[in-house]
Amino acid sequence: MLLEPERYEHYEDLFYHFEATRREFIKVVGGGIVVLCLCGDALAQGRGGRGSGGAASQDLGAWLHIGEDGVATVYTGKVELGQNIRTSLAQAVAEELRVPPKSVQLVMGDTDLVPFDMGTFGSLTTPTMSPQLRRAAASAREMLLDLAAEQWKVERISLVVAEGKVTHAATNRSLTFGQLTRGQKLMRTIGGDIPLTPVDQWKIAGKSLRKVSGTEVVTGQHRHASDIKRPGMMYGKVLRPPSFGATLSSANLSAAEAMGAIALRDGDFVGVAATSDHLASQAFQAIDAKWQSSQQSSSSGELFDHLKKSATQAQVPGRAPGTSLGDADSRVRLEQGITSADLKLEQTYTVAYIAHAPLEPRAAVAEWNGDKLTVWTGTQRPFGVRGELAQAFRISEERVRVIAPDTGGGYGGKQTGEAAIEAARLAKASGKPVKVVWTREEEFSWAYFRPAGVIEVRSGVMKDGTLTAWEFHNYNSGASGIRTPYNIPNQKIQFHQTQSPLRQGSYRALAATANHFARETHLDELAQAVKIDPVQFRLKNLTDERQRAVLEAAAERFQWGKRKKGKDEGFGIACGNEKNSVVATCARIKIERPSGRVRVLHVVTAFECGAIINPDHLRNQIEGCTVMGLGGALFEAVEFENGKISNPRFSKYRVPRFSDTPHIETVLLDRKDLPSAGAGETPMVVVAPAIGNALFDATGVRLRSMPLAPKGMVA
Amino acid sequence: MAETRGAQPAISGARAEVVELRVNGIRHSVHTSPERSLLSVLREDLDLTGAKYGCGEGQCGACTVLVDGQPVRSCITRVSAVARKKITTIEGLAKNGRLHPVQEAFLEVDVMQCGYCTPGMILSAVALLKKHPHPSDEEIERSMEGNVCRCGTYPRIRAALRIAAQKMELLSKEGGHAAGT
Repeated sequence: MLLEPERYEHYEDLFYHFEATRREFIKVVGGGIVVLCLCGDALAQGRGGRGSGGAASQDLGAWLHIGEDGVATVYTGKVELGQNIRTSLAQAVAEELRVPPKSVQLVMGDTDLVPFDMGTFGSLTTPTMSPQLRRAAASAREMLLDLAAEQWKVERISLVVAEGKVTHAATNRSLTFGQLTRGQKLMRTIGGDIPLTPVDQWKIAGKSLRKVSGTEVVTGQHRHASDIKRPGMMYGKVLRPPSFGATLSSANLSAAEAMGAIALRDGDFVGVAATSDHLASQAFQAIDAKWQSSQQSSSSGELFDHLKKSATQAQVPGRAPGTSLGDADSRVRLEQGITSADLKLEQTYTVAYIAHAPLEPRAAVAEWNGDKLTVWTGTQRPFGVRGELAQAFRISEERVRVIAPDTGGGYGGKQTGEAAIEAARLAKASGKPVKVVWTREEEFSWAYFRPAGVIEVRSGVMKDGTLTAWEFHNYNSGASGIRTPYNIPNQKIQFHQTQSPLRQGSYRALAATANHFARETHLDELAQAVKIDPVQFRLKNLTDERQRAVLEAAAERFQWGKRKKGKDEGFGIACGNEKNSVVATCARIKIERPSGRVRVLHVVTAFECGAIINPDHLRNQIEGCTVMGLGGALFEAVEFENGKISNPRFSKYRVPRFSDTPHIETVLLDRKDLPSAGAGETPMVVVAPAIGNALFDATGVRLRSMPLAPKGMVA
Repeated sequence: MAETRGAQPAISGARAEVVELRVNGIRHSVHTSPERSLLSVLREDLDLTGAKYGCGEGQCGACTVLVDGQPVRSCITRVSAVARKKITTIEGLAKNGRLHPVQEAFLEVDVMQCGYCTPGMILSAVALLKKHPHPSDEEIERSMEGNVCRCGTYPRIRAALRIAAQKMELLSKEGGHAAGT
């Protein structure tokens, strides 16, 4: 698998120091068995890693410990944000250890306890972390067999591992993991060459296991970062500029201080901390500040012009066959491909900025003990936030500990550590632990957004439906999912960076949603132009068997071509691939009269991501992707004017709710012969074009801007 | 261009008083400004963090608690307004170690992704089922529309509501202690 750097994912160099950590780790866990797992994955190798000096200097990906009590604990830098990875990683480990999943514990996202990890993004946990943990568990199982064989003086082959025990059937003896590890101090370092249980023999992985922390969640016992409380903790609030780019002229803090709050100005940072949230709010209100607003004042109205005009450079994503590298030859061929076509089509598509709006806003609790800083915060990149904190306070990373409790949603939006730095600054000023929880308005205004974009497509097609040429330019939204899966002989595909007026960053599936929206809408327009059924049109130009399989599976379940349309109803289909998985979605929509409200009635999504680890949780991700994708498709958009977000509240920014939710059917294609890919992102990439194509089917109106119908279809 | 954000008057009635709260069957005398939100008092004074902050304007339902059996947005409810009323939070829903049927149903359907909306969803569902023991899809939409699940698990919440309705019917037929709140 080739992993491309994506400009909107935050990357960071690996810097973990293996030898020092190994010693510290052994001190922490005490006796038992430890398996240290080196990064054997494509990511580490592709990035140079530290692999050149042999195994001893390679980076650790994860480790597993079986204590003298027999409890298996996995230490990983990945975090849980609702993708239910805590559950599927526990399954993968339990499978290889031959223990019930509930006897596997996971320590996640605590930078003092787990090996360095770049972060939880890009659907990478399942393809990279899961195999590492499986190898660690398989290796630990073999060590336990060795211990039993030695103790009983029997052949290893005569032993069986099951249910947390090693058994010698011939003599009817068995020992629990705890009995075997007692008094041991064994450590093994493994690479990528440990044999794993074949997928078709899985007994625990591959099954639907319920969320491992479910009971804590339904009883309100789970503590998110915003629920953490520390002795003597104070409550912090931070002053925001009145508009983007505004600079602070003056701040009078005396009234806030007179109330008994700690008030602080440090450069443009102004904040208060107080012993209660109420006093903090009052002190915050009492700050008298003057700002100088920035001259640059952009608005959502002129956004797309601005993006086109400020485009700087073109990037060609990789070297897909037929993809133009900008040389004269290929340009000539592209033009020939267009000229020789029976029909030519040129269209422009746009996508708006949208907000992640995780239900738990950014939140952090920071505590200094001498010169050591500990921060609890909901983040996708605990080590990244540790780096931000170290930099902000000019201390070494060893003095910073970041703990990321299972978090209330991220969707790509929690890769940065703003609240962590703010809480730590106020904690430093007050000498007490401080909690900062962003308001919804702050989260909408001062987090970052899914990039807006303009996409221009020019294409040629023969009357029989054969695609002859494809030119595709994406301005600003990104390069993910930009390549076409269709067989087109002459292609030019480019991504152009621009000056984004708003702070933008990662969002679930990155630009794959925008690029699939443009491509699959355009495909539908071409199919319509040559009067060929949209499914047949796609199949005619597709040879990739995985892509064809999901397209056919979705069409079949939806009864494409057989289903009868009701009044004001429309059907649409779209397909695509990203992050090593393939997806196709069919949508049935209805326009309600006279309101014009668009109802998505029924969605069928067929998805294939290699070998499935937890079918029900996979379905849950597909359902969630469908609902979230529907919001961006139909009505979500960040509006801004004069450097201010105009709709920074749930009462103004519409998110999908119960009444927006269609009947969702999922078709899972389980390819046990393929490695498991991540699945929390790709199922959303063709929701928007499927809905848009269905809207065209219902009304004859082609919509080329996401959101498609924020105010309904009144035409 | 200069912009001024002048000091705003302190919130009125800031003087603390004692407010009597009855939460999950326990009486608390809370020394607080009566203007504070019920959500703040529950979370910060009583350390009942199951009710979550999501929007501060009663638009997302993450802060939902039951007051005399009715679902209330605790983020926009003044603490003094619920003095001496019967308040149930997610922490008090299970009785004698037995989960409420709605909690059981959420686990059985395996609803949760991030789980941040879950306490508010469960309490809203409890109130709905009390009023409509077998709600139609429209009734579910109408009464749950104010609860946001950003992970998009609505189809599962709907399924869990159906299962919970059956469980509660069974319990009431058995004459058992059906989920009173």
